[in-house]
Amino acid sequence: MEEVKLLGWWVSPFSRRVELALKLKGVGYEYIEQDLAHKSQLLLEYNPVHKKVPVLVHNGKTMAESLVILEYIDETWPNNPILPRNPYDKAMARFWAQFIEEKEEERGKLVEEASQCFITLEGELKGNKFFGGEEIGMVDIAANFIGYWLGVVQEVSGMELVTRDKFPVLCKWMDEFVEHSVVKETLPPRDELHAEFEARLGAPSWKY
Amino acid sequence: MSKNELVILDCWASPFCMRVKIALAEKGLDYEERAEDLFGGKSDLLLTSNPIYKKVPVFLHDGKPLCESSVIVSYIDETWPAPALLPSTPYERSQARFWADYIDKKNSMQLFDSTSAIWKASGDDAVESAKKEFVEVLKVLEGALGEKEYFAGDAFGYVDILAIPITSWFLASEKFGNFKVEAECPKLSAWIKRCMEKETVAKVIPDPEKIYEFVVNLRKMFGIA
Repeated sequence: MEEVKLLGWWVSPFSRRVELALKLKGVGYEYIEQDLAHKSQLLLEYNPVHKKVPVLVHNGKTMAESLVILEYIDETWPNNPILPRNPYDKAMARFWAQFIEEKEEERGKLVEEASQCFITLEGELKGNKFFGGEEIGMVDIAANFIGYWLGVVQEVSGMELVTRDKFPVLCKWMDEFVEHSVVKETLPPRDELHAEFEARLGAPSWKY
Repeated sequence: MSKNELVILDCWASPFCMRVKIALAEKGLDYEERAEDLFGGKSDLLLTSNPIYKKVPVFLHDGKPLCESSVIVSYIDETWPAPALLPSTPYERSQARFWADYIDKKNSMQLFDSTSAIWKASGDDAVESAKKEFVEVLKVLEGALGEKEYFAGDAFGYVDILAIPITSWFLASEKFGNFKVEAECPKLSAWIKRCMEKETVAKVIPDPEKIYEFVVNLRKMFGIA
């Protein structure tokens, strides 16, 4: 019996890549959600070098690095190939994958750091309306990207970083923040911001 | 153009170019080496073949260009299958690719960057710090090698080809960092010697003393100490 397991993180585009490949090939797998803020023994054991997701386990053999895993998946389950068969085309595909990887890793780091940041910030709210207490303060102002821009980034990219079920406290703060009479005056129109981000982010690399 | 015309746009000191040349030598293939003057002016062919990075190596097979040394070595292995450079099973190949990725990982401490950081550093503290990071990377690789002769086992292959050229730059780091790789990582050092005994490697890799002189000039160019 084939045993396929995937250690992933809901935020990570890298672990989503592996899921996509497995789904495209109709390969059944057990998904094991990882908490990157508190790395499991399993993750540390399976990926001691990088301590990251995704990690694929196939019949007890572990593999790390999403692009490396994709090649393995393509070789092991050849139906619905994800790499071209012709060596030259395959080389070109690898070149572009590495190029994207180089760019995405820069962004990926930010995503992971951002999530850690959100967890910390929720703690900092301490049940208050704002970081500054009953009124907005320096931290609320400094966090304006999270308060408003992030929502737009999420819409444009199709990626949900801050959702109500994952970060209820932060979302409540975001509601309060954008409703604040003075803050309202400083916020760029949502549709314009959306268009700006769309032009800049180039959505395709995030959409799966 | 004749069939199977192989060209490499090259720089003698580039470990990335050395990788491609070793792979070609392993396969017993003839090729034309065209030296690029990376400081004086890159050729039109280089600029049109590699518009994204504008770097060497560029490998041309019957005029079709490929860039990125690890991609090129994989291509050479797949196009001329014997002797095989990558292992035979998907799992072993995934391990080889994992270590290739580790050696070259962008946005992270990779082997070439970490050794270069030593001679690029100015000030004792910076040199010490760079040396520490480099030795850490070496120790990880030494761990990956373990008791094996080569990274994949008994046979010289993909990971060895990607790593060995970078070792020609170690002497420069040792001189500027005042340390010896052999003292820090004896097993890795033994692996270096083992690879250098291979004819295909020995004829491609330049004398590390020449690389050291090259680095001395680079430092002058960058205005380092």
